[in-house]
Amino acid sequence: MTDRWFKIGLLVAPAFLITLVGGMAFTLMWGASSSFQQAGWGFYTQLTWDPVHHVYGGGVFILGSVVTTLLALCLAIPVALAIGLFTGYYFTTGPIAVMSQWVLDLLASVPSVIFGFWGLMVMVPAVRNIEMWLGVAPYGVGLFSGSVVLATMMIPLTASLIRESVATVSAELKEGALALGATPLEVVRHIVWPISLPGIGSAIMLGFGRAIGETMAVTMVVGNANHLPTHLFDPTNTIASLIASEFGETSDPVVVAHLIHLGLILLALSLAAGMLGRYIIRKQS
Amino acid sequence: MHSSLGTDAKLSRRVLQDRLFKLILVGVALGVVLLLTTIIGFVIQQGISVINWSFFTHLPQPPGASHSGILNAILGTLMLTVLASLISIPVGIWCGVAMAEHPLHPLVKWAQVSVDGIQSIPSILFGIMAYLWVVVPMGQFSAVSGAVALSMIMLPIVIRAVEEAVRRVPTTMREASLALGVSPFRTTIKVVIPCALNGILTGSLLGVSRISGETAPLLFTAFGSPFLVISIFQPVQSMPILIYNYATSPYADWQQIGWGASLVLILFCFVLSVGTRWVFKR
Repeated sequence: MTDRWFKIGLLVAPAFLITLVGGMAFTLMWGASSSFQQAGWGFYTQLTWDPVHHVYGGGVFILGSVVTTLLALCLAIPVALAIGLFTGYYFTTGPIAVMSQWVLDLLASVPSVIFGFWGLMVMVPAVRNIEMWLGVAPYGVGLFSGSVVLATMMIPLTASLIRESVATVSAELKEGALALGATPLEVVRHIVWPISLPGIGSAIMLGFGRAIGETMAVTMVVGNANHLPTHLFDPTNTIASLIASEFGETSDPVVVAHLIHLGLILLALSLAAGMLGRYIIRKQS
Repeated sequence: MHSSLGTDAKLSRRVLQDRLFKLILVGVALGVVLLLTTIIGFVIQQGISVINWSFFTHLPQPPGASHSGILNAILGTLMLTVLASLISIPVGIWCGVAMAEHPLHPLVKWAQVSVDGIQSIPSILFGIMAYLWVVVPMGQFSAVSGAVALSMIMLPIVIRAVEEAVRRVPTTMREASLALGVSPFRTTIKVVIPCALNGILTGSLLGVSRISGETAPLLFTAFGSPFLVISIFQPVQSMPILIYNYATSPYADWQQIGWGASLVLILFCFVLSVGTRWVFKR
């Protein structure tokens, strides 16, 4: 008797998970439905967000999220690659490798709000100095600061994933090439790089998916200005920061629906990146 | 004379390129790792000065007052993590065992996709869902709603760990139990789960360490509170929200308390995540 229930229970569990995800999707769709009806496709092209005059457009935040994250990727990828090769190929054992891995693990466990705090207190004043030196308006907060904080947070995760992928390259291939007279650089270029490329690609996609949904650290340093950045140091805003700063403040159901609509767009971007990353891994194996 | 490797000049150029590449790579990698270490160093240096006994036993005070503490945030974070664990550990074990037992069932395949999906959802959206599911029907912010948001973040971590651990239990153990006439249900409860216990515990603790620093989903669920709250149906303070509020406040002494709280939170997350991995590796 119990076994029958046990069998049923084991099949109810996956059904529950599917229902849970369906429920999540339904909740967000339902919450955003009035925004779909009122704003329609114009929501994506409208660049003004002005609750006082009841003008709601999502364009700024969608672009803001994408630009901030892409810029962060450009900053983080070369560094993550260097650290990944360093700990996955050049120094796989020894005190330096162990220490580096230890620091990366530690940083990966640091909550994002603390990165934001550090950004606000240490990095923003530094960026302000750079801005004064360059002769642009010295806000300190803005697109550049947001991207640097994001890149800082992404490096530990992407570097660890890249290291794992680099470390799986078989020793026979590497030693074979070295024995034939290749220099370590040539081994990296012709053996390690092509073999671990899918892993590196998926690490970058997973990093992108994680970074675009990152909220607190970006909210604290991006400037929360609801316009498109005109230059690198301009204050701007992202979808996640807008939701973080406005969702709890408003009681207007129209604003709530528009914010949830933006949340759905964020979800779509993040899911697409995550799925692409996993697809690359699966295709490789 | 030409060797098969080319001329001496070509060889020395290749060696030079190799050395240069290694130098740049090691320089960048070590430089950035050192820079990142200074972030931790900065938190320790700022935080250590405010941490003393009364920091853990007092409530937050207005700016300028002495003996300010973070007792309510510590208790609030404990309350939120315990509540979230009470939801996601049992559900996670149930789902993880189910997915490991029938890996080829079509429902399970869709459930795998669902778990991957939940893992890619940005954490702030769990805040919106918990807001719509719990805060709106209850009519106020509460610890329960925060715990619901956190439990959805923790659930996929626990499921994956349980699934992995159950798969690793040798088939021979299961077959031995079934051959002795033990029912499948009792085999799972008495043989499979105890064998997988290490993995289940590791996953649960990793999940706890992940959610204890989550801020975004709590902004409009648990919300925050300056008081010591014991009811789970009231808004409750938490460590990450306290750090966020104090970090963005204009008062230097509040910011200092924020650094103290940051140090405590980092230590907590670090001990949980690295400690469990280290202990259970053996």
